[in-house]
Amino acid sequence: MAEQARLIDIYIMGRHCQVPEGLTILTALEYSGYRMLRGCGCRAGFCGACATIYNFKNDPQLRYDLACQKAVEPDMCLVQIPFFPAAKAVYDLEKLEPDGEKIKALYPDIVKCFGCNTCTKTCPQELEVMWFMTDALRGDIRAVADKSFDCVMCGLCAARCPQGLVPYNVALLCRRLYGRYLAPVSEHLDNRISEIESGKFDAEIEGLKEAGNKELRRRYAERDMEPALEQHWE
Amino acid sequence: MYPAYLEESIHLVEDTRVRRLIETIPRLAEDEKADLLREYHPDYIATSMHKLQVGINKGDATPLELADLLEGNSRIDPDRIDPSKPDHNVDVLVIGCGGAGASAALLAHEAGARVFITTKLRLGDANTVGAQAGTQAADRPNDSPAIHYLDTMGGGHFENIPELVEVLVKDAPSAIKWLEKLGVNWDKEPDGAMYELSGGGTSRRRLHSARDYTGLEEMRVLRDELQNKKIDYLEFAPAVELILDDRGQIAGAILLNMETEELIIVRARAVVMTTGGIGRLHIQGFPTTNHYGATADGLVLAYRAGAELIFIDTMQYHPTGAVYPLQILGQLVTEKVRTLGAQLVNSNGEQFVMPLEPRDTVASAIIRECQGRQYGLRTPNGELGVWLDSPMIDILRGEGTIARELPAMVRQFRRFNIDITREPILVYPTLHYQNGGIKIDTDGATNVPGLYAAGECTGGVHGRNRLIGNSTLELFVFGRRAGRAAARYAKEVKRGSPTLEHLRQWQKDLERAGLARERPVSPRLLPDYVKRAHGYTRQVFQAD
Repeated sequence: MAEQARLIDIYIMGRHCQVPEGLTILTALEYSGYRMLRGCGCRAGFCGACATIYNFKNDPQLRYDLACQKAVEPDMCLVQIPFFPAAKAVYDLEKLEPDGEKIKALYPDIVKCFGCNTCTKTCPQELEVMWFMTDALRGDIRAVADKSFDCVMCGLCAARCPQGLVPYNVALLCRRLYGRYLAPVSEHLDNRISEIESGKFDAEIEGLKEAGNKELRRRYAERDMEPALEQHWE
Repeated sequence: MYPAYLEESIHLVEDTRVRRLIETIPRLAEDEKADLLREYHPDYIATSMHKLQVGINKGDATPLELADLLEGNSRIDPDRIDPSKPDHNVDVLVIGCGGAGASAALLAHEAGARVFITTKLRLGDANTVGAQAGTQAADRPNDSPAIHYLDTMGGGHFENIPELVEVLVKDAPSAIKWLEKLGVNWDKEPDGAMYELSGGGTSRRRLHSARDYTGLEEMRVLRDELQNKKIDYLEFAPAVELILDDRGQIAGAILLNMETEELIIVRARAVVMTTGGIGRLHIQGFPTTNHYGATADGLVLAYRAGAELIFIDTMQYHPTGAVYPLQILGQLVTEKVRTLGAQLVNSNGEQFVMPLEPRDTVASAIIRECQGRQYGLRTPNGELGVWLDSPMIDILRGEGTIARELPAMVRQFRRFNIDITREPILVYPTLHYQNGGIKIDTDGATNVPGLYAAGECTGGVHGRNRLIGNSTLELFVFGRRAGRAAARYAKEVKRGSPTLEHLRQWQKDLERAGLARERPVSPRLLPDYVKRAHGYTRQVFQAD
């Protein structure tokens, strides 16, 4: 079975602790006696609740990551960020137009970006934050939506921006504008909704609901399977 | 990077790839499936179950870990709290804010109700954000809601409640449309056609995705919309009891501000329970894919208030939880990996199950391969697993597919120097979902007047086993229905005077059954992973 893991030295808010190698920053905090309330969410790298700042005992350079995804290393100095204030524009999506100028109207401060690139260096998802902020300034909604897609909204970019900008909220606005107004419309989806509303499938489903268990099992076993591998890419 | 002895096994996996390109493993017949489940599915381990001794589901079996909390002691002393002096007075109280809670709140607000949301962590910190593969909706021309119905019933072993499944499949396309109008970015072809993949147990390509960040994309849009609509919410304030009135109707809830430890009394005409899952109870010691707050609180509160539960003896173990490296033990390796073409392979490099069987079947087959046939692999930490051969995806669909379709998975493993475009992933089943929960009708109404529920905390729609992409779908279909119905009910209901008499009665029942001293207080609120004085144990670490 498992060998005893090697212990390494870390510093939690200045306090010296020893933890086994192989923990994440989050589990190292818990191992050291800290019960998380804020600064912990999905524990799998998706929710952005556990944004963390650290450096090393002999290297003052600050580094950023998600505590649930980053393994502890010797001499790390750790702290969680429980909350960071950030501006969010309130808007009615139905009354907006997919016009690049709208971004500046809702987030006028984005013109203050002076291109220091701190946001990009901070992003634990390794997104090109400064580049999509430049796209936002140019009003290119589609580019912002694409480049920011993997954003978990942890807020580290906003915490470190010297101009107080909130890139993750600017990006969310652009993605919503893209999804609502710019993405091509799916005809087959609209058709299916009208078919359902017209009752096209009611009789068939009613038939399945009334089919006995045995009949339902037979139809299930005999149903035809569409190949999982779609062919159009060939 | 894998240790050398695992690298050696990867050679075997590589050696069989050419053959596996054309090899197809047949689907199991229903009786073969039933035998496999009976022998290897964790639900069938009788010693892991307990028959409830108090409450409306008395006599029903449920996992020990959940039974402990369902039969738990209240955190509230009804003699020291006056439920008729509220801090907030609203029409609809929504408890929990993942996809179902957000949908319910938005629809109740739209219907003109004064809505208040309370949630245990931050707004939107829920299992929804971890859903990767997609949301089902039968909208392609060769598909139909009837086929979706049949797939869902078969996945659930034909025990699903037919009326709930009917609503699920018929509302599905309009739920997708609703999300798109709110600005969700679905994966599409250049002409606007939805880019859809199939999944375990689905007979058509029906999964709507947003790369492998589908749930995150849905949740961040809904959360933003709640804020745009200025719906009131409270974070870090889980409900610790429901309040009834002297007519036996719902009258609100008692919340706990976890930071200040104050109790908050909310008077509400209707309550929508959307508290999600129970993975953090670590049923049978399994690691879990679930978020930090998934501790079954909603089931506990609803049960104590008299709501009936259903299918509480069946959990879903996701077939592919990561077992290496240790840092991500139990975390989800999305089913989309198999959907795109990855196969499951044992220590000899051989396939042993059709990769797109329903989840309970695939999970049982992996357990059989490791525990029964001894063809699993062991990690340096002692965990067992089999290979999920991800590089097959790029071989089948062309270089670059993995990077484009699975950015979250690539990123997660790259952190630990594993390149899933070149190397397979080591996996074993992980606790993922509760198939059962609070019994509801097609409006999300429970048997307690004024108490509605939606999402993972409910049961019936999935029968004994949920299919991929039906959980996120359920959030929007039943969240919206429950929100609308709760707002309608709130307009009509004649209020009584609030009381905590049901808690007094509950404690009496516990005493009579001799359980009051045996059981912990509940709801649990958060798991406890802090190391105690007796030292570091595997149990504590495995908790992640």
